[in-house]
Amino acid sequence: MGVNLLDLYETMVRIRLFDTKAEELFLQGKIPGFIHSYVGEEAVATGVSANLRPDDYITSTHRGHGHMIAKGADLKLMMAELYGKKTGYCKGKGGSMHIMDFSLGVLGANGVVGGGIPIAVGAGMAIKLVRKSDQVVVCYFGDGASNRGTFHEGLNWASIYKLPVIFVCENNMYASTAYMPETTSVLDISARAVGYNMPGISVDGNDVLAVYEAAKEAIERARRGEGPTLIEAKTYRLKGHFVGDPELYRTKDEVKRFWEKEPIGRFEKKLFEEGILTEGKKREIWEKVEKEIEEAIRFAEESDFPPPEDALTDLFVDDRGYDY
Amino acid sequence: MREITFAEAICEALLEEMERDSTIFTYGEDIAKQGGIFGTYKCILGKFKDRIIDTPISEEVIYGSAVGAALAGARPVVEFHFADFIFTGMCSVVNQIMKIRYMSGGQKKLPIILRGPDGIARAAAAHHSQSIETIFMHVPGIKVVIPSTPYDAKGLMKTALRSDDPVIFFEHKRLYKTKGPVPEEEYFIPFGKADVKKEGKDITIIATSRMVLESLEAAKELENEGISAEVIDLRTLVPWDKETVINSVKKTHKVIIAHETWRRAGWGAEIAATIYEEAFEYLDAPIKRIGARNVPHPFSPPLEDAVIPHKEDVIKAAKEILSL
Repeated sequence: MGVNLLDLYETMVRIRLFDTKAEELFLQGKIPGFIHSYVGEEAVATGVSANLRPDDYITSTHRGHGHMIAKGADLKLMMAELYGKKTGYCKGKGGSMHIMDFSLGVLGANGVVGGGIPIAVGAGMAIKLVRKSDQVVVCYFGDGASNRGTFHEGLNWASIYKLPVIFVCENNMYASTAYMPETTSVLDISARAVGYNMPGISVDGNDVLAVYEAAKEAIERARRGEGPTLIEAKTYRLKGHFVGDPELYRTKDEVKRFWEKEPIGRFEKKLFEEGILTEGKKREIWEKVEKEIEEAIRFAEESDFPPPEDALTDLFVDDRGYDY
Repeated sequence: MREITFAEAICEALLEEMERDSTIFTYGEDIAKQGGIFGTYKCILGKFKDRIIDTPISEEVIYGSAVGAALAGARPVVEFHFADFIFTGMCSVVNQIMKIRYMSGGQKKLPIILRGPDGIARAAAAHHSQSIETIFMHVPGIKVVIPSTPYDAKGLMKTALRSDDPVIFFEHKRLYKTKGPVPEEEYFIPFGKADVKKEGKDITIIATSRMVLESLEAAKELENEGISAEVIDLRTLVPWDKETVINSVKKTHKVIIAHETWRRAGWGAEIAATIYEEAFEYLDAPIKRIGARNVPHPFSPPLEDAVIPHKEDVIKAAKEILSL
């Protein structure tokens, strides 16, 4: 296997700690707006991204911190954006749900469910028609988005033009408060791939290596110019839809059962069994990541808010006062 | 000077820029085989194999993909088939194309052109007949171009094709076959620069698109009655040329605003309010606004005529103002 297992582990820990900390800071009133936690779904972004090159693209979702971190985002700029600071990725104009780093190929987290699908398809078209390269696009979306029109339009489109797009559906069982089997015509979202004449596969989204392998095959296929794949990663949203969600739509027992299957503990167990991870190494990784996140928080807290006049910049390239 | 049609002028601009810039590609419905419903692609047929593409009827992706393509380094020119159908992909236009650069904190330029036919067709009824430009002036994030002559259409399209911001370009269906002088040599018309199509001293008529032609006809008839009307073609609504408008108001002290879109909350209301705010003391009479009646466009020709504005409405308004 061409992947460093400890790197996978460390990335998952980084995502877990970032979102755990973000939740805490939000509840302390330090972060405005909303936070949508990726806790429990870390194996998906980690397993997929381990196959990506820096010049590959991704589109992300409202629950996108994990996608960003797995693609190599700077935690300081992320945290500053969550705080609404001038030093954030989007200078405080996007916030948690809309972090973007075009230089990293992150074509945006997106506040519209399914909103990233057309964007991913467009990047795929540019790769095929203009760049003529072997880059790929990973399009993350949830089970809820698979019921949107953009899903149908986007998968059909990517299929007919054989675009290098990998559609990664994170089925975390809930679209906001809606239970997936009650709102979706199939239990395996991958079954929908048949209708678009592309390969569809369901994997255990809490098994980072299973995700890695499925993504590897799909990405290699896309790089060879053989077109898109739909991967359904079956996972579970361990936190509410947003931080502060009263979660009246599910039982505490259900959530507790899924905590027993969470991806980091599972992978850790395997790494211990195989002697790849030791208690010392584990502590070293967690402490290192904790320190990174503390630094990110310090950076965010010490940064300035953008001055009010910045609200009128960045709409257009020429920025010459369109406020009339 | 040679004369060509409005449709040929659009196509020429596209042809010249596609030859110069290999990152431009254009796509939409019914364009690559047929040359577009109104012939706006005829001159490029067979010239750019992979860069003119017939797409599925999937508007969310037609528009949303432009974001991904632009971020990945292409310059997409998207045909909207009929302006009426933009509404089927409106989320991608308003929430993605028009917001993504701002939300990213201005990380990258977003060179996207949405273009195609709008305005009334004859006896086509309300799903193929309407002028919708005001909506895009209201929501910030896109430059709005709405020319009235072949000369302006070409010069503005050339500018649009070199713009680094999203542009929406409205071509009136009933103007496509109109002919006018267009020089062989290259030229550009800047956005935000109105054109005084006819100078006058008694009254200012501000118009766009088909209503510029109606207003010029009206001005000719008014001239026979000794009334000197100035006709200003705004040409672009975002940005719009406040300076030329206010200067004309200072000269004539009387204003008519004529557009084909609905009168209620049509863009004329915005222009009128600005004149009231910034040049009230120069007005000798209340401003008159001319627009479509506030109903969907009916099918039957006599009903349609009763709803849309004509030169007679402009003449009537001028006489009413001048008799005050």
